[in-house]
Amino acid sequence: MINLIWLAMIVIGFLFAAVNGRMDELTAAVFDGAKNGVTVSFGLISVLVFWLGIMRIAEDAGLLQKIAKLLGPVVAFLFPDVPRGHPAIGYILSNMSANLLGLGNAATPMGIKAMQELQTLNPNKDTATPAMCTLLALNTASITLIPATLIAIRLTYGSTDPAGIVGTTLAATAVATLAAIAADRLSRRLALLRRPPEPPTAGPEDSARRTGPFSYPSAKG
Amino acid sequence: MLQLISLISSWAIPVMITFIPLYAYTRKVPVYESFVEGAKDGFSTAIAIIPHLVGMMVAISVFRASGALDYFMGFIAPLLQGFGVPAEVLPLGLLRPLTGTGSLAYTTELIRTHGPDSLIGLIASTIQGSTDTTLYVLTVYFGAVGIRNGRYALKVGLFSDIVGFIAAIVICMIAFG
Repeated sequence: MINLIWLAMIVIGFLFAAVNGRMDELTAAVFDGAKNGVTVSFGLISVLVFWLGIMRIAEDAGLLQKIAKLLGPVVAFLFPDVPRGHPAIGYILSNMSANLLGLGNAATPMGIKAMQELQTLNPNKDTATPAMCTLLALNTASITLIPATLIAIRLTYGSTDPAGIVGTTLAATAVATLAAIAADRLSRRLALLRRPPEPPTAGPEDSARRTGPFSYPSAKG
Repeated sequence: MLQLISLISSWAIPVMITFIPLYAYTRKVPVYESFVEGAKDGFSTAIAIIPHLVGMMVAISVFRASGALDYFMGFIAPLLQGFGVPAEVLPLGLLRPLTGTGSLAYTTELIRTHGPDSLIGLIASTIQGSTDTTLYVLTVYFGAVGIRNGRYALKVGLFSDIVGFIAAIVICMIAFG
């Protein structure tokens, strides 16, 4: 699907540019877009380097594992096939709480780290696991308590009640998140029906970094 | 309640970066070395995302510059007008999942021209704040670990965008309309 969307955007763009006589703009847009991609990635370097450093301290101190155990039952519902106490759970929880507090530049590194941890449980490295899809669904819906950027913009343009959108945003984001979870659950079921799950086997090179052995109980699917 | 949440928001990061190393130190973790060791991965992860992000940004940029995005935005605008929904906010439904900066710019423009406390301004703010840029999240998260087959993730993301978009409009129409 992503292949199709990508191709469609380019081909449709080409056709529209041909009709509108915007070929020069299109050429400029290509290099503009490429530059943008690099700029955004470079912007991510600082937050990624910093947060992955902090989170490694938390992991080495056993803090992530502790949080994972504490809040495990909540996550176990959403991520049934991630073993209890696995560091991925700790990162998933950090990612979710950062999203909730609207800390975008902390949420992304933690989400990426959670993805990397989930990848160690993935038997098929170039295909997403159900847990990865769930994490993605939660992040695209991105449940937020405080839409800080928008409150700031509304304040700039002289709103009498800049935070007036907090309630409506919270309600809308909750609905979107519930829809994401429901759709994810349904898709997971449908995918299971179509193709029986392969037994998860963690590659030795992936689990080598971990101190202390983790047990991998058979996935419940 | 709101004050409490924003207080937590502003304290969260300072407390974390103080408490985590402090706790780790009491657990005899060599905190600085541990930090550097983990931070190393950050650079390579960001670099790994570049090809994905460049590819996606080019496609979106082409789609916008060609006038195709404007055309489709104009196309969906009349669809919901019958329900009394201001046509100005409808293009956001298409813009929001594609580009975060693009939709933020569009929202800001709506707030500037119609005022932050107008129905249009309120709905636009709510739409902008209630979901994240699905295509960006997908590109970055899957790109970072080299997932090529995202299975149903994109469909789920876009579905929740549509639901969030409609919910934002309905909730605002009830609350402010």
